[in-house]
Amino acid sequence: MKPGHGDVTLAEGDPELAEDEALLIEAFRRQLDEGMWAAVPTIETGGKREATMVRDFADVPRDAERVIFFPPAAGG
Amino acid sequence: MSAFAVASLSIVVVVLVAVAFGPDLLARARRRPRRMPRPTRTRLPDPGRELRAERKAEQLMRSVVGEDDFEAYRALGFLHAYGTAERGEVTPSYGYLIYPHKPIVSYDVETGELLNEHCVSFPDHTEKEHPERLPDADDVLARWMALRGDERGLIRAANMHLPGRQLDPGHVRRDIVRMSEWIGRSSPASHGHADIA
Repeated sequence: MKPGHGDVTLAEGDPELAEDEALLIEAFRRQLDEGMWAAVPTIETGGKREATMVRDFADVPRDAERVIFFPPAAGG
Repeated sequence: MSAFAVASLSIVVVVLVAVAFGPDLLARARRRPRRMPRPTRTRLPDPGRELRAERKAEQLMRSVVGEDDFEAYRALGFLHAYGTAERGEVTPSYGYLIYPHKPIVSYDVETGELLNEHCVSFPDHTEKEHPERLPDADDVLARWMALRGDERGLIRAANMHLPGRQLDPGHVRRDIVRMSEWIGRSSPASHGHADIA
């Protein structure tokens, strides 16, 4: 999520392919280094929508379709 | 004429010119209006860009929260999320109303009583001079994901106040009733408990 723009695709790839995985890891780390928060949307059995916050690429489920980055929350 | 004489004469001429015209030139320089500083470039709002960003954000929200909740957001103007269920609870005892760029309001599911306002924002750290804010749907989705993924973390980051600090409690109570009616009209299975307020 980019303020003023909506979502922007940062990187795409198949984590099963080593080259793609390296690209995804680099993009992931860059976002976290910039202080962004990362969430993985999920659909539970029964169709319930959930989200999981992740702080390490290893925490991203291998079958995750996407990781959404957004600015960190602050007291308003 | 020797070089020394020429140099001396030049110095004398310069001094005479300075004495004769110096004060006048100085006065003129002082009378000249000061050049105004150039106005800094301001970024003009582009309603088209904001609208496009909002549409993109709504599509992202739809893909994450699902069709029912997205339709509820479009109709009501906020998203709803339950809190964490305590052990033995089928339905959590409290829930949240998530408004765009306004405090998140927690409420008692059973009674509809408003519990707290949780003031939280997602400030733009990438633009120092012209910070922008997330489109409404992105702001709501970010809150929803943070609540679902790390409720305690988000609530810790927020400033907590009693109801009524920023939002009109009467308005929020009406929103809870509207939400209850909306849930009653749509599939109860997708939303869970619908007996609110």
